Amino acid sequence: MDDEQTVKTEGGRPPANPETETLDIWVAATEEPEFHPTDEGTQELGPDESDDRLDDQFGRVVADDYLFDDEVAEEERTVLNMGPQHPSTHGVLRLHLELEGETIRRTKPIIGYLHTGMEKTAEQLTFSQGPTNVTRMDYLAPLHGELGYSLAVERLLDVEVPPRAAAIRILMTELNRIASHLVALATNGMDIGALSMMIYGFRERESILAFFEKTTGLRMNHNYIRPGGVAADLAPGWKDDVAAILDDLPKRLRQYDDLLEKNPIWLARTRGVGVISPEEAIAYSITGPILRATGVDWDLRKAFPYSGIDQYEFEVPVGENGDVYDRYRVRVEEITESLKIVEQVMDTMPKGDYRIGDRKITPPPRARIDESMEALIHHFKLFTEGFKVPEGETYVAVESPRGELGCYVVSDGQARPYRMHTRAPSFYNLQGLPIAMADSLVADTIATIASMDPVMGDVDR
Amino acid sequence: MMTTVERAANWARTRSMFPATFGLACCAIEMMATGAAHYDLARFGMEVFRASPRQADLMIVAGRVSQKMAPVLRQVYDQMPDPKWVISMGACASTGGMFNNYALVQGVDQVVPVDIYVPGCPPGPQSLMHGILTLHDKIMAGEIVR
Amino acid sequence: MSPILAQLAERFESVTWEESHGQDVARVPGENWEAFARAAKESGFEVCADVTAVDRMRSRPERYEVVASLLSMSHRVRLRMITAVGRENPSVASLTPLWPGAGYAEREVYDMFGIGFEGHPDLTRILMPDDWEGYPLRKDFAVGSVPVQFKMSHQVN
Repeated sequence: MDDEQTVKTEGGRPPANPETETLDIWVAATEEPEFHPTDEGTQELGPDESDDRLDDQFGRVVADDYLFDDEVAEEERTVLNMGPQHPSTHGVLRLHLELEGETIRRTKPIIGYLHTGMEKTAEQLTFSQGPTNVTRMDYLAPLHGELGYSLAVERLLDVEVPPRAAAIRILMTELNRIASHLVALATNGMDIGALSMMIYGFRERESILAFFEKTTGLRMNHNYIRPGGVAADLAPGWKDDVAAILDDLPKRLRQYDDLLEKNPIWLARTRGVGVISPEEAIAYSITGPILRATGVDWDLRKAFPYSGIDQYEFEVPVGENGDVYDRYRVRVEEITESLKIVEQVMDTMPKGDYRIGDRKITPPPRARIDESMEALIHHFKLFTEGFKVPEGETYVAVESPRGELGCYVVSDGQARPYRMHTRAPSFYNLQGLPIAMADSLVADTIATIASMDPVMGDVDR
Repeated sequence: MMTTVERAANWARTRSMFPATFGLACCAIEMMATGAAHYDLARFGMEVFRASPRQADLMIVAGRVSQKMAPVLRQVYDQMPDPKWVISMGACASTGGMFNNYALVQGVDQVVPVDIYVPGCPPGPQSLMHGILTLHDKIMAGEIVR
Repeated sequence: MSPILAQLAERFESVTWEESHGQDVARVPGENWEAFARAAKESGFEVCADVTAVDRMRSRPERYEVVASLLSMSHRVRLRMITAVGRENPSVASLTPLWPGAGYAEREVYDMFGIGFEGHPDLTRILMPDDWEGYPLRKDFAVGSVPVQFKMSHQVN
């Protein structure tokens, strides 16, 4: 400690007073009792003229033009890797971003981190076990996957389910659409910063999941819609539960509007961001809310109706600009339209069987097994060997919350599918991600991915 | 035989365990539902899901781990600072679940050491919370020493 | 059969048409695959909904079938085109130059079956790791299941 020579510190500060300079903790009664700190030697610090950078550091000058520096050379592209573990990528999606400064020039999604070999597993499961597999592909819309598969198998069998089964299927799938869009809104909101949306979305979803649990036994991945009908009838008192949902949701949707609709931050982050044009969407086989947000009025429920959905009146919301805001808006309005369908189904639910009567396909009621030998044999054959489906191949598509969910089933006359392939909507929608993100900023990536609502279980299968 | 300091440290560790976001598939949705309002994880101090593994102490492997994902899982686990715990949530993470095939790692304990297995497909929020609370009890009782 | 399909049938004589459970299927020989697809696109099939494949093993003369599902939004018609691809170095023309949306699907078929697509801009593995050997959805690729046993117990034969 030099206290004899004057310590010339940087910046021309006055020489330090050794007594005040030490900054030691002085413990009472241990150091010199005559130590009296004074302000002798301290001086008021004048403005420091010596170093240019200190102006920036002290905040006297703010340089904010580095963000828009157009002189970034063409070769200076940084490759940024996002994922596969990242909170905003909705599952395990990995993105290679080529950045020039803050602008994204190219994107390459890398998928396969959730590949489960479901199409191979499907060849090992019987036709009535098939829904357990398909339901886990798009795990936010499991009933739609089951519906596509069941419709394909029923078409191969050339059977029609009873009207009550068809109506129950529509009731469950439309409620599933609402639940899936609630998750989409929740994660959309959370990724963009409206953290309360996460809580709101999942809160509403709980009432729908409680209804699902009452009817199918599970909150998710239900294995409820099976070839031949549905697994069990609706629980007694289901009308009250559905009526409660119908009462509750419109009020909550107004809450979301209050939170988001006129919020300038939300509008600034979603309008004009992640734009896809209708021609690009059609060329890249994008379907669902993303396609409808670009202005193309295409919904499989209207174009190729399935399971009797054409008896119900509803509209298909269509956007204009194809940006993140329009996709969000289309999803909110689809919730309202699905509520209309659910109400109509509830009012007009036909009576009858909830599954087809053909004992070669559906198992007999449990009580009959004790009474009739034939019922016992049918039950045994169905659950050990499974029912055989005649040779053939078919492709059936339903409108899932993400787009066209198709199931291509090939049978060779055995009890197991020869080949089962799912046309996964998110797989194709993800091809639109590089288009939507071209020449946008990194911060908009999160908003764009959230609005594409990919479900990686669907993408990777 | 635990000293008071160890007991206090265990108490502190259980009362604000930060989970790392490792939601992979369907179980991730149930994990999010557990953190949401109806089944609230915030009452255990755990609603803050840290994106960076460096700031997390609990990794809930929620979902099926494919062959491509296994090295990533190990890397994220290695990045977590000690003391760290792993909950394997769901049938696919615990044993490969219904997908006994080429594409999945049959049980995440082939890649990382697991403390608690939560069965279910997917396990409901109550099951996951039971698993988390069992982990808390085990740490408090000193069974898991890190 | 819808009018645009009837027109296509007239233009291509080597294509056989079937009806499979109410849907139109065109069996296209391999060399006409791209020409037929181009003609279909010009007649109004704007969307290629799906491209997949089936491994028929020894039950057919050619081992693989490549199946493309087309959709016409303006005419509300679906068409399925199927072509048979042989065993040695299986390869077919790519539909990606016509419909960019087929890009990922064809990569998946390559990854799962090993069928090449000529003219595809980026034919690499998409679902399996890049260094994976074998094509999982082929019938001679085993499921890869692990015998189910309790891991800690002694081996039970």
